[in-house]
Formats: sequence, structure tokens, C-alpha cells
Amino acid sequence: MSIQHTNIYAIALHHRFQWEEAQDCFVILFPEGMVKLNGGAGEVLNLVDGKRTVADILTELKAKFSDVPDLDKDIVGMLELAIEKAWLRQIN
Amino acid sequence: MTQASLGQSVVQKEIQAQNNGVSANVTQTQPLWLLAEVTYRCPLHCAFCYNPTDYDKHTQNELTTEQWIQALRDARRLGALQLGISGGEPLLRDDIEDIVIEAKKLGYYSNLITSGVGLTEKRIQAFKDGGLDHIQLSMHDITEEINNFITNTKTFELKKKVAAMIKNHGYPMVLNVVIHRYNIGHMREILEMAEALGADYIELANTQYYGWSLVNRSQLMPTKEQIDEAERITNEFREKQGSKMKVFFVVPDYFSDRPKKCMNGWGEVFMIVTANGDVLPCHSARVLPNIEFPNVKDNGLDWVWNDSPAFNKYRGDSWMKEPCRSCAEKEKDLAGCRCQAFMLTGDAEGADPVCSLSPNHHVITQAIEDSRNPAIASQPIIFRNDKNSKAIIAGELNDRVKEFHALP
Repeated sequence: MSIQHTNIYAIALHHRFQWEEAQDCFVILFPEGMVKLNGGAGEVLNLVDGKRTVADILTELKAKFSDVPDLDKDIVGMLELAIEKAWLRQIN
Repeated sequence: MTQASLGQSVVQKEIQAQNNGVSANVTQTQPLWLLAEVTYRCPLHCAFCYNPTDYDKHTQNELTTEQWIQALRDARRLGALQLGISGGEPLLRDDIEDIVIEAKKLGYYSNLITSGVGLTEKRIQAFKDGGLDHIQLSMHDITEEINNFITNTKTFELKKKVAAMIKNHGYPMVLNVVIHRYNIGHMREILEMAEALGADYIELANTQYYGWSLVNRSQLMPTKEQIDEAERITNEFREKQGSKMKVFFVVPDYFSDRPKKCMNGWGEVFMIVTANGDVLPCHSARVLPNIEFPNVKDNGLDWVWNDSPAFNKYRGDSWMKEPCRSCAEKEKDLAGCRCQAFMLTGDAEGADPVCSLSPNHHVITQAIEDSRNPAIASQPIIFRNDKNSKAIIAGELNDRVKEFHALP
């Protein structure tokens, strides 16, 4: 799977992404299931809003976590996983 | 309502996710799922219903709308986020619209679990406007004959209409088909029907034997060969069809060597509030001896979940007996289902007899044999209805329940 930096994604139809205070994490909710996301995964998906490109997301997260090496690879890996799981849909 | 849909798939998915770099707690001590069994009244009379056979006792003392809304708020504060609105047939209550609106306000992902009977254009529009997230529809077969036979009602055409209505309103279509002797031979056709209806998810839920389905066990149970064939067809369909429609095949525990991790553990992620307000860690927990289940009319859900003796009784593993206590696999299944252990062996702390290591495993092999014995299997099905529930309460059907250690 190749993710282009110009691609724009949104949370998939019938899925809901939200912050859960009681669990202290982001979650994805969908029919018959839910997934709790760890810190990094939640940070990535929190920027997937149907407007930002992948390049925008990379830029923002690298600014926020400037001390983390190899961040590009982790972020793209997370997006790939989310696409494979059908949590995201591409809108452009 | 249909069974088995509530627990396993969500938790399996959460656990699978751990292996993909997405973390999930192993010991979850917050309720993630709240199941609201808002009524035990039902227009269908399904032979496999897991509701308690004495449900007739609980049809006159249902919680009020205000009590349900309070329960929703309290559970949400504890961390619950998936809400199942079930029954019986929840649409027999006229306040589901109010419950849906409150659920949306509180941030639940809400699911109406329905037979479709009573779902009108007006009501589905109100649910959509109120923020209901999805509707799970029970289907029974591709043939009118089997649908009408197993539900003891003429609901075949109606279900197809309701499926179209769900789709037209932009809802994901989630179908649940309980599998038993009468429809297991139609697996391919059932999958094709689901595809033709535009289903996004289909759950093929092999009957598990609780409530009415336990009473009718010998009449419903398919053979091992039929189950293997059904699973093969399901896998073949998945491969051919790709990922468009997600297909879940719930494996029947009687034909496994090890028990299921029932409800993902007692009081771990599930909380059920029943029609009369009893709060349970699983659907059939009221069959268990020496436990007093709390009721939302008397206790707050915070106390119920965290501190009540009932919810703490089978948490962890200190209650386990041998062979489970020292078993290397105990974390995988937590000794299985407490209700099944008690109903079938009389020992609520013993191993689930489904396990081949259980000293009582013979009760399972005997049940499988009985289901193949024409003299036993040809006894009439006892359909789930008020008349039969009253008869069971009055002890008039003792012959069919006497082998169990509590009323199913």
C-alpha cells in the first residue's frame, strides 16, 4: 500500500473517533466493536479530519514531537494500519 | 433478541488490536459495554431465545424512562461507551426515542438490537434524528418456512422490508443470524441474501444453550459435521467476496475442546441492566446460586460495578477450583462460563464442562448424543411465549428442565 503525501483521509463512515476521559485515551467506535488507541496512535488519528493532507499531519506531529527519531515512518505506519482496518476512508 | 452478539466480537477485536501496535488493557475494570434489556416482552417466540424462561415474572415491573436515563448517565460516568438497546423487543416500549436522544447526548455509540417488528418510517426517522448509531436486525433464514417456524411468527416479509428501511436511512446494516439445525444447511444462501440486502456486517451466531435454547437443546443442535461444513462455506465466501461485508462466525462451544472466555471475564467489560433493573455481569447470571444481584432501584451503578459482592464474586482467579486453578491455560478462558458450569454440573465454581479437562465433560458429550437420538430430538420445541413461561414457572414442564440445576 502506498500512501501519498497529498492524500487526504477522514474517519470511515459509521465509525466514530472520540476522546474518552474515563479511559484516558482516544477510541474508535463502530458497529459491534471498539478499539482503544494508545497515545501515539490517537495523536495521529486526531489529525485525520478530512481536510489535512498526510504532509500536513507529518509536519504538525514532527513539530510537536521534535525529539522523536524516525517519526515519519511511525506515522505512516499508523495510517497504513488504520486504512487496512477500514477505520479511514480516502476523500481525494 | 439474538444472542452472542454482544460480547465476543467486540472484545476479540480489541484484543486483536494489541498485536497491531494498538494497545488495549488486558484487565479492564471499567464497563465498556452497557446492555439495556429494556423489556422481556417480545412479539417473536424464538425457540433459541437466551432470555430467562421465567421472564414472565419480569414483564410487569419494567424500569421507567427516568430510571433508564439515570442508568445511562451513571454507566457513562463509569466509562461505558457502547450501548446496546435490547430485550425482548425494545420497540415494544414507546420511549426508545428518548433513550436514544439521551445516549447521543452522553456520547455513547448506540445500537438498537431488534427483530424489526414495530420499526416504522416514523420511528426510524426519529432514531436517526436522535442520533442512534446503528441497528442490528435479526434474520433467521432465506426461506419463509424456516423463518416463520423457528420464530413461531409470520415475520419473513416484514424483515426484508425492515432491512431495506435500515439501508435507506443510511444506517450500516448489521445482520445477526442465529444458527441451528434448521438453517445451518442454508449457510451459502444466507450469506448471499445478506450480500443482496447490502449488509455491512453479518454475524453467524451458532446457538449457545441458555434460557429457551437450553430447554430446546436437543431439538436445535446441529451435528459437528454440519458445523464444520458451515464454517468451510463461510471461509470460502470470505475469500471470494473480499472485505466488503464483514462476516463473523461465532464458534459453538459444545464442539470445542476449551470453553469460551465468557463475557471476556466476569465483571471485566460488560454490564447488563435488565428490564426490572437487576444489574448482571452476563445475560443469564440470575441462574447462579448464593448471589444477590443488585438493582438500580436500590443501588448506584458505581457501587454495583466496583464494590458489590455480585460483581466481585468471580473476578480474578482466586475462586477457581482444580483443574482450572493450576491450569496453564486459565488466563485464556478464565475457566469458562459460570452459568454453564452450574446449570449443567451443579457446581458454579467448577470448570465449564465444555472443557475436555473438566471431570464433568461427559455432560456435554451426552448432550451431543441426545441431540442425535431421534426419541429425544423429536420432542416438541417449547417456543418462547408467555403461556410457556407461565407453565415453566408453575412447574408444568418439569420433564424438560429437570436435568438442569436451575431453571434455564
